Amino acid sequence: MNAQLITFFILAIIAIAAAMAMLFSRSAVYSALFLVLNFGTVAVFYILLNAPFIAMAQVSVYAGAIMVLFLFVIMLLGTELLPPTNALPWQRPLAIFLGVILFAESGYLLFIRNAATGDVPQPIQTFGSPQAVGQALFSSYLLPFEVTSVLLLIAMVGAIVLAVREKGK
Amino acid sequence: MVPVTDYVALSAILFTIGALGVLIRRNPLVIFMSIELMLNAANLVFVAFTRVYNVLAGQIFVFFVMTVAAAEVAVGLALIVTIFRTKHSINIDEMNSLKG
Repeated sequence: MNAQLITFFILAIIAIAAAMAMLFSRSAVYSALFLVLNFGTVAVFYILLNAPFIAMAQVSVYAGAIMVLFLFVIMLLGTELLPPTNALPWQRPLAIFLGVILFAESGYLLFIRNAATGDVPQPIQTFGSPQAVGQALFSSYLLPFEVTSVLLLIAMVGAIVLAVREKGK
Repeated sequence: MVPVTDYVALSAILFTIGALGVLIRRNPLVIFMSIELMLNAANLVFVAFTRVYNVLAGQIFVFFVMTVAAAEVAVGLALIVTIFRTKHSINIDEMNSLKG
Protein backbone atom coordinates (compact mmCIF):
# COMPACT_ATOMS: atom_id res chain seq x y z
CA MET A 1 0.00 0.00 0.00
CA ASN A 2 1.65 3.18 -1.12
CA ALA A 3 1.36 6.67 0.33
CA GLN A 4 -1.13 7.86 -2.26
CA LEU A 5 -3.53 5.03 -1.48
CA ILE A 6 -3.33 5.70 2.27
CA THR A 7 -3.97 9.41 1.66
CA PHE A 8 -6.93 8.51 -0.53
CA PHE A 9 -8.58 6.32 2.08
CA ILE A 10 -8.07 8.77 4.96
CA LEU A 11 -9.49 11.60 2.85
CA ALA A 12 -12.34 9.42 1.59
CA ILE A 13 -13.36 8.62 5.16
CA ILE A 14 -13.22 12.34 6.06
CA ALA A 15 -15.27 13.23 2.96
CA ILE A 16 -17.97 10.64 3.67
CA ALA A 17 -18.08 11.53 7.38
CA ALA A 18 -18.43 15.24 6.53
CA ALA A 19 -21.22 14.48 4.06
CA MET A 20 -23.07 12.36 6.65
CA ALA A 21 -22.59 15.07 9.27
CA MET A 22 -24.00 17.62 6.82
CA LEU A 23 -27.02 15.38 6.32
CA PHE A 24 -27.76 14.77 9.99
CA SER A 25 -26.73 17.93 11.83
CA ARG A 26 -29.75 19.84 13.05
CA SER A 27 -28.41 23.33 12.54
CA ALA A 28 -28.07 24.58 8.95
CA VAL A 29 -24.89 26.49 9.88
CA TYR A 30 -23.19 23.26 10.95
CA SER A 31 -24.39 21.63 7.71
CA ALA A 32 -22.77 24.42 5.69
CA LEU A 33 -19.48 24.15 7.59
CA PHE A 34 -19.37 20.37 7.16
CA LEU A 35 -20.01 20.87 3.45
CA VAL A 36 -17.00 23.23 3.31
CA LEU A 37 -14.90 20.44 4.86
CA ASN A 38 -16.22 18.03 2.22
CA PHE A 39 -15.37 20.46 -0.59
CA GLY A 40 -11.86 20.84 0.84
CA THR A 41 -11.23 17.09 0.76
CA VAL A 42 -12.59 16.87 -2.78
CA ALA A 43 -10.14 19.64 -3.76
CA VAL A 44 -7.30 17.46 -2.44
CA PHE A 45 -8.64 14.57 -4.56
CA TYR A 46 -8.40 16.86 -7.60
CA ILE A 47 -4.74 17.55 -6.78
CA LEU A 48 -4.12 13.79 -6.49
CA LEU A 49 -5.72 13.43 -9.94
CA ASN A 50 -3.39 15.97 -11.61
CA ALA A 51 -5.99 18.73 -11.81
CA PRO A 52 -4.51 21.69 -9.88
CA PHE A 53 -6.55 24.28 -11.77
CA ILE A 54 -9.84 22.56 -10.93
CA ALA A 55 -8.68 22.13 -7.33
CA MET A 56 -8.06 25.85 -6.95
CA ALA A 57 -11.36 26.67 -8.67
CA GLN A 58 -13.07 24.26 -6.26
CA VAL A 59 -11.60 26.00 -3.21
CA SER A 60 -12.25 29.54 -4.41
CA VAL A 61 -15.63 29.07 -6.13
CA TYR A 62 -17.28 26.29 -4.09
CA ALA A 63 -15.71 26.46 -0.64
CA GLY A 64 -15.27 30.21 -0.95
CA ALA A 65 -17.94 32.06 -2.87
CA ILE A 66 -20.88 29.63 -2.88
CA MET A 67 -20.61 28.60 0.77
CA VAL A 68 -20.19 32.20 1.93
CA LEU A 69 -23.41 32.97 0.06
CA PHE A 70 -25.10 30.04 1.83
CA LEU A 71 -23.92 31.11 5.29
CA PHE A 72 -24.95 34.67 4.55
CA VAL A 73 -28.51 33.66 3.61
CA ILE A 74 -28.82 31.23 6.57
CA MET A 75 -27.84 33.95 9.02
CA LEU A 76 -29.86 36.62 7.20
CA LEU A 77 -33.06 34.62 7.45
CA GLY A 78 -32.28 33.36 10.95
CA THR A 79 -33.52 29.88 10.07
CA GLU A 80 -30.71 27.77 11.51
CA LEU A 81 -33.20 25.55 13.31
CA LEU A 82 -36.56 24.65 11.89
CA PRO A 83 -39.16 23.16 14.22
CA PRO A 84 -39.48 19.44 13.52
CA THR A 85 -42.60 18.60 11.57
CA ASN A 86 -44.23 15.24 11.13
CA ALA A 87 -46.19 16.08 8.02
CA LEU A 88 -45.20 12.88 6.25
CA PRO A 89 -44.25 10.15 8.73
CA TRP A 90 -43.50 7.59 6.02
CA GLN A 91 -41.11 9.92 4.23
CA ARG A 92 -37.88 9.03 6.03
CA PRO A 93 -38.14 5.23 5.67
CA LEU A 94 -39.14 5.61 2.03
CA ALA A 95 -36.21 7.98 1.40
CA ILE A 96 -33.74 5.55 2.97
CA PHE A 97 -35.22 2.68 0.95
CA LEU A 98 -34.87 4.69 -2.31
CA GLY A 99 -31.33 5.71 -1.35
CA VAL A 100 -30.34 2.08 -0.81
CA ILE A 101 -31.80 1.23 -4.25
CA LEU A 102 -29.83 4.06 -5.87
CA PHE A 103 -26.61 2.97 -4.19
CA ALA A 104 -27.20 -0.68 -5.13
CA GLU A 105 -27.76 0.31 -8.76
CA SER A 106 -24.53 2.29 -8.95
CA GLY A 107 -22.67 -0.48 -7.16
CA TYR A 108 -24.07 -3.02 -9.61
CA LEU A 109 -22.93 -0.95 -12.59
CA LEU A 110 -19.54 -0.42 -10.99
CA PHE A 111 -18.61 -3.91 -9.85
CA ILE A 112 -20.72 -6.40 -11.81
CA ARG A 113 -20.57 -4.84 -15.25
CA ASN A 114 -17.10 -3.55 -14.54
CA ALA A 115 -15.91 -1.27 -17.33
CA ALA A 116 -12.81 0.75 -16.69
CA THR A 117 -10.12 -0.91 -14.62
CA GLY A 118 -6.67 -1.82 -15.74
CA ASP A 119 -3.53 0.25 -15.65
CA VAL A 120 -3.69 3.99 -15.47
CA PRO A 121 -1.23 5.61 -17.87
CA GLN A 122 1.39 7.94 -16.51
CA PRO A 123 0.34 11.46 -17.51
CA ILE A 124 2.61 13.80 -19.39
CA GLN A 125 4.21 16.41 -17.18
CA THR A 126 1.99 19.35 -18.07
CA PHE A 127 -1.30 17.42 -18.08
CA GLY A 128 -4.04 19.38 -16.33
CA SER A 129 -1.81 22.36 -15.64
CA PRO A 130 -3.52 25.76 -15.63
CA GLN A 131 -1.73 26.58 -18.89
CA ALA A 132 -3.07 23.48 -20.65
CA VAL A 133 -6.59 24.04 -19.31
CA GLY A 134 -6.51 27.68 -20.37
CA GLN A 135 -5.32 26.81 -23.85
CA ALA A 136 -8.12 24.27 -24.30
CA LEU A 137 -10.65 26.69 -22.84
CA PHE A 138 -9.76 29.51 -25.21
CA SER A 139 -9.30 27.43 -28.37
CA SER A 140 -11.56 24.37 -28.67
CA TYR A 141 -14.08 25.49 -26.05
CA LEU A 142 -14.24 29.21 -26.78
CA LEU A 143 -17.96 29.32 -27.66
CA PRO A 144 -19.13 27.47 -24.50
CA PHE A 145 -16.85 29.74 -22.48
CA GLU A 146 -18.50 32.84 -23.92
CA VAL A 147 -21.97 31.35 -23.40
CA THR A 148 -20.94 30.87 -19.75
CA SER A 149 -20.48 34.62 -19.38
CA VAL A 150 -24.02 35.19 -20.74
CA LEU A 151 -25.31 32.56 -18.27
CA LEU A 152 -23.66 34.33 -15.34
CA LEU A 153 -25.09 37.65 -16.48
CA ILE A 154 -28.60 36.17 -16.68
CA ALA A 155 -28.21 34.66 -13.21
CA MET A 156 -27.03 37.99 -11.81
CA VAL A 157 -29.94 39.91 -13.35
CA GLY A 158 -32.39 37.24 -12.21
CA ALA A 159 -31.10 37.27 -8.62
CA ILE A 160 -31.33 41.09 -8.47
CA VAL A 161 -34.85 41.13 -9.96
CA LEU A 162 -36.00 38.52 -7.42
CA ALA A 163 -34.35 40.09 -4.40
CA VAL A 164 -35.15 43.77 -4.95
CA ARG A 165 -38.22 44.96 -3.05
CA GLU A 166 -40.68 46.79 -5.28
CA LYS A 167 -41.66 50.24 -4.06
CA GLY A 168 -45.25 50.70 -2.96
CA LYS A 169 -45.84 47.03 -2.21
CA MET B 1 -1.94 5.70 -8.35
CA VAL B 2 -5.35 5.01 -6.82
CA PRO B 3 -7.51 2.82 -9.10
CA VAL B 4 -10.31 4.73 -10.76
CA THR B 5 -12.87 2.29 -9.34
CA ASP B 6 -12.22 3.70 -5.87
CA TYR B 7 -12.94 7.22 -7.05
CA VAL B 8 -16.15 6.10 -8.75
CA ALA B 9 -17.22 4.22 -5.60
CA LEU B 10 -16.53 7.28 -3.42
CA SER B 11 -18.47 9.43 -5.86
CA ALA B 12 -21.40 7.00 -5.77
CA ILE B 13 -21.45 7.16 -1.96
CA LEU B 14 -21.35 10.98 -1.95
CA PHE B 15 -24.07 11.15 -4.61
CA THR B 16 -26.31 8.80 -2.61
CA ILE B 17 -25.83 10.90 0.54
CA GLY B 18 -26.76 13.99 -1.48
CA ALA B 19 -29.90 12.33 -2.87
CA LEU B 20 -30.87 11.21 0.65
CA GLY B 21 -30.41 14.79 1.83
CA VAL B 22 -32.83 16.05 -0.79
CA LEU B 23 -35.38 13.41 0.21
CA ILE B 24 -35.06 13.61 4.01
CA ARG B 25 -34.32 17.19 5.01
CA ARG B 26 -37.05 19.82 5.41
CA ASN B 27 -34.85 22.93 5.25
CA PRO B 28 -34.57 24.17 1.64
CA LEU B 29 -31.10 25.55 2.32
CA VAL B 30 -29.87 22.10 3.33
CA ILE B 31 -31.60 20.64 0.28
CA PHE B 32 -29.62 23.11 -1.83
CA MET B 33 -26.42 22.02 -0.13
CA SER B 34 -27.27 18.39 -0.92
CA ILE B 35 -27.69 19.32 -4.59
CA GLU B 36 -24.23 20.92 -4.46
CA LEU B 37 -22.90 17.69 -2.96
CA MET B 38 -24.36 15.68 -5.86
CA LEU B 39 -22.84 18.07 -8.42
CA ASN B 40 -19.52 17.66 -6.63
CA ALA B 41 -19.74 13.87 -6.80
CA ALA B 42 -20.32 14.10 -10.57
CA ASN B 43 -17.35 16.46 -10.90
CA LEU B 44 -15.13 13.99 -9.05
CA VAL B 45 -15.97 11.25 -11.56
CA PHE B 46 -15.31 13.62 -14.46
CA VAL B 47 -11.84 14.45 -13.16
CA ALA B 48 -11.05 10.81 -12.35
CA PHE B 49 -11.91 9.66 -15.89
CA THR B 50 -10.02 12.64 -17.33
CA ARG B 51 -6.95 11.30 -15.56
CA VAL B 52 -7.54 7.75 -16.83
CA TYR B 53 -8.14 8.57 -20.49
CA ASN B 54 -5.66 11.49 -20.66
CA VAL B 55 -8.08 13.87 -22.37
CA LEU B 56 -8.65 17.34 -20.96
CA ALA B 57 -12.34 17.59 -21.91
CA GLY B 58 -13.49 16.31 -18.50
CA GLN B 59 -11.72 19.08 -16.61
CA ILE B 60 -13.21 21.69 -18.96
CA PHE B 61 -16.64 20.21 -18.32
CA VAL B 62 -16.09 20.42 -14.56
CA PHE B 63 -15.30 24.10 -15.03
CA PHE B 64 -18.65 24.60 -16.77
CA VAL B 65 -20.49 22.58 -14.11
CA MET B 66 -19.01 24.87 -11.45
CA THR B 67 -20.23 27.93 -13.36
CA VAL B 68 -23.74 26.55 -13.68
CA ALA B 69 -23.71 25.64 -9.97
CA ALA B 70 -22.73 29.19 -9.05
CA ALA B 71 -25.52 30.65 -11.21
CA GLU B 72 -28.02 28.15 -9.80
CA VAL B 73 -27.10 28.99 -6.20
CA ALA B 74 -27.41 32.74 -6.81
CA VAL B 75 -30.91 32.43 -8.30
CA GLY B 76 -32.03 29.74 -5.86
CA LEU B 77 -31.01 31.68 -2.76
CA ALA B 78 -32.71 34.82 -4.12
CA LEU B 79 -35.87 32.73 -4.56
CA ILE B 80 -35.64 31.42 -0.98
CA VAL B 81 -35.20 34.97 0.36
CA THR B 82 -38.27 36.10 -1.61
CA ILE B 83 -40.34 33.16 -0.35
CA PHE B 84 -39.25 33.90 3.22
CA ARG B 85 -40.41 37.51 2.82
CA THR B 86 -43.92 36.54 1.75
CA LYS B 87 -44.50 33.44 3.92
CA HIS B 88 -42.19 34.23 6.89
CA SER B 89 -41.14 30.59 6.89
CA ILE B 90 -38.95 28.47 4.67
CA ASN B 91 -40.24 25.08 5.72
CA ILE B 92 -40.48 23.10 2.49
CA ASP B 93 -43.75 21.48 3.57
CA GLU B 94 -45.45 24.86 3.50
CA MET B 95 -44.30 25.66 -0.03
CA ASN B 96 -47.22 23.99 -1.73
CA SER B 97 -48.75 26.84 -3.72
CA LEU B 98 -47.28 28.92 -6.52
CA LYS B 99 -49.23 31.98 -5.46
CA GLY B 100 -47.80 33.73 -2.42
